[in-house]
Amino acid sequence: MSTPEPTFDEMREADGTIRPAYRNYCNWLEEQDPAEMRRKDREAESSFRRTGITFNVYGSEDAEERLIPFDMVPRIITGSEWRKLSRGIEQRVRALNAFMHDLYHRQEIIRSGRLPERLFSSNEAWLPQMVGFTPPGGVYTHIVGIDLVRTAPNEFMVLEDNARTPSGVSYMLENRETMMAMFPELFARIHVRPVSDYPRRLAKSLAACAPGSASDKPVVAVLTPGIYNSAYFEHAFLADQMGAELVEGSDLRVVDGRVQMRTTAGYQPIDVLYRRVDDDFLDPLTFNPGSMLGVPGIMDVYRSGRVTIANAPGTGVADDKAIYSFMPEIVEFYTGEKPLLPNVPTWRCAEADSLAYVLDNIAELVVKEVHGSGGYGMLIGPTASKREIAQFRDKLKANPKNYIAQPTLALSTVPIFTKAGLAPRHVDLRPFVLVSPNGIDITPGGLTRVALKKGSLVVNSSQGGGTKDSWVLDD
Amino acid sequence: MLGRTANSIFWMFRYLERAENTARLLEAGFRMALTRGVDVANEEWRSVIVTLGLQAAYEAQYAEYSGSQVCNFVLRDKENTENVMRMMERARSNARAARTSITAEVWESVNESWMVLDQLLVRPVRETGLGAVLAMIRRAATLVRGATYGSMLRNEIYHFARAGTYIERADNTARILDVKYYLLLPSLAYVGSSLDSGQWDTVLRSLSAERAYRWLNAGRMDPRGIAEFLILDRRFPRSLAFCYDALAGNLASLEELHGAQNPCNAMIAEAAGRLRTATIDTVFEAGLHEFLVTFVAGNQAIASAISDHYRFID
Repeated sequence: MSTPEPTFDEMREADGTIRPAYRNYCNWLEEQDPAEMRRKDREAESSFRRTGITFNVYGSEDAEERLIPFDMVPRIITGSEWRKLSRGIEQRVRALNAFMHDLYHRQEIIRSGRLPERLFSSNEAWLPQMVGFTPPGGVYTHIVGIDLVRTAPNEFMVLEDNARTPSGVSYMLENRETMMAMFPELFARIHVRPVSDYPRRLAKSLAACAPGSASDKPVVAVLTPGIYNSAYFEHAFLADQMGAELVEGSDLRVVDGRVQMRTTAGYQPIDVLYRRVDDDFLDPLTFNPGSMLGVPGIMDVYRSGRVTIANAPGTGVADDKAIYSFMPEIVEFYTGEKPLLPNVPTWRCAEADSLAYVLDNIAELVVKEVHGSGGYGMLIGPTASKREIAQFRDKLKANPKNYIAQPTLALSTVPIFTKAGLAPRHVDLRPFVLVSPNGIDITPGGLTRVALKKGSLVVNSSQGGGTKDSWVLDD
Repeated sequence: MLGRTANSIFWMFRYLERAENTARLLEAGFRMALTRGVDVANEEWRSVIVTLGLQAAYEAQYAEYSGSQVCNFVLRDKENTENVMRMMERARSNARAARTSITAEVWESVNESWMVLDQLLVRPVRETGLGAVLAMIRRAATLVRGATYGSMLRNEIYHFARAGTYIERADNTARILDVKYYLLLPSLAYVGSSLDSGQWDTVLRSLSAERAYRWLNAGRMDPRGIAEFLILDRRFPRSLAFCYDALAGNLASLEELHGAQNPCNAMIAEAAGRLRTATIDTVFEAGLHEFLVTFVAGNQAIASAISDHYRFID
């Protein structure tokens, strides 16, 4: 397919000139022996396999573990670009947290008429159990991943907010480790802002959100669904790096009004639970009664203020793509400022004229389910077959409020390493943001996902996407 | 640490030890097959299957005993739920579950060993490739042991790891000795014959003891001396006495770390004490088979007591 507008390549201008961000890197690259680079490329894969940086594929019978392909050409962002970006991210995350508080308290934004009530009353991620309750420290979204796309030198847009349980941060960290092991001389030559203290910052940020009942050295634990979960590697990695216990539901129990873990010396209380288990599975007494992954009674302990759950239950509302479409209004409502980072223009199919527009122009648009994720359940008009488009039109007409549509963006490209040399591929960027009463902390960089197939716009790892090390230059 | 994690560590090391000992048993059988006639070799393969407690499962599949059939059954046959590949898989998945309690060196040595074996055992193993596969299994165990020794903190995690190793090793040594000795009983009448010393050589090889025993006994093969060596010699790291001294040390350290008495410690102290006062004469008076059967049951009871006391399972 051909993208509708000329694509912005982050390394080269249209005439082939190297852009400033990549100048030092490209100088270095020119000095490298191509055969040696190919050898390093092969080595990288075996190193990932050995260290076990894999993800499990849901639904595959033999519980196969796969690698997310790693590309060794870094994605580079200048210091000034990053400063601008991080101001926008901070503003957005501040607004998200205030929005969550409002949604579960007075709902001023609905009273003021800026947000239709149907959006969350019909939203499964909205939890009535959270109404009127304020989590310890007032923090709802302890860890947020903001998905950004770029279309021009100064145009970054937010594609998605991940306020539920953003994943991928372990790849950000391991990609950097891999790059430093492969090309140490590169890092001596180019000053890249470090990411390796993320786990320490995460531990500090989580500890700062501990409930009042905790001692001054709060006990933090990571709750995982277990070794068969697709992100288990990341759960273990983060717990290990933070020096926190990695617990499963079966290790936990409510004892004496607190959440406690079964240790070799008896039950011991936990103050902060960084859970990587969905809301629905968190407490079989409150939510899904069949859940084996959660802790019976944990919601009662939570509501009595004796444990912190990160992220707070019910934050998944913000991941909804219909809510997303209102983010510019949400940012303005809670911060009193104009949004620094724009949204991708979005048509809400729930609205009649938007639906009509989307149906007329479907071949040019990307259509997504409002609750969808992982690149599933979406239609990319320009690459879809006539039959797929016809099917999607029927789905749209049958249940318009389940969909939003966006223009097919000319996502920026960054070259990847191929046997035939460098070749441009589309990318996005997910920076990771930590929130605590002490403030908002953004690690410089994030996870760059890259569509490895030529021309493809789908960067999701479940659909053939890879990752890159993401550099923020210390300039 | 979590009780569940302690359980994973304990079993990770049990499975690694079991895989190693199983490989050693095959190696001894393989050597026997190379140096003896077909009949002796097949009898030897049968005894390998008996020692592993797989007789019923094997005979449900095959009518006769032959080297490649036995090796593939023990190493990789899906009909054998206790095959070596499965042991390695379980060792690895336990390591994965306890990933935050082991160092990167230990994890990578388990993971890499599993990856290599998974490739080696994708297809049936031919006689020409058997040596390499068995060597790889033993190397895997050596690698993990070295990484554990060299990189792990000496905290409770380490002691659970070692406890798992010694419980399994003591069990395996006792079982191998029991079966081999029992199978060899008819030939005891021919003490000194070449067939007999060859058979005894296999017992020693199954436990990597042939070199040590030869050095200590100037090459003399004496069934009673061999039994004494494998049960009571504290210098030999696979003897029952050695395993129990070491296990007693690990359990004492756990007790100290927890600052509370544990019943498994009293059990091991008593059992290790019994091995210390026993002589080969008292063992034979009571009957070697009875002695070993009692030992294996007692070993199992200690493993259960560890699991119960340290809350391995809810």
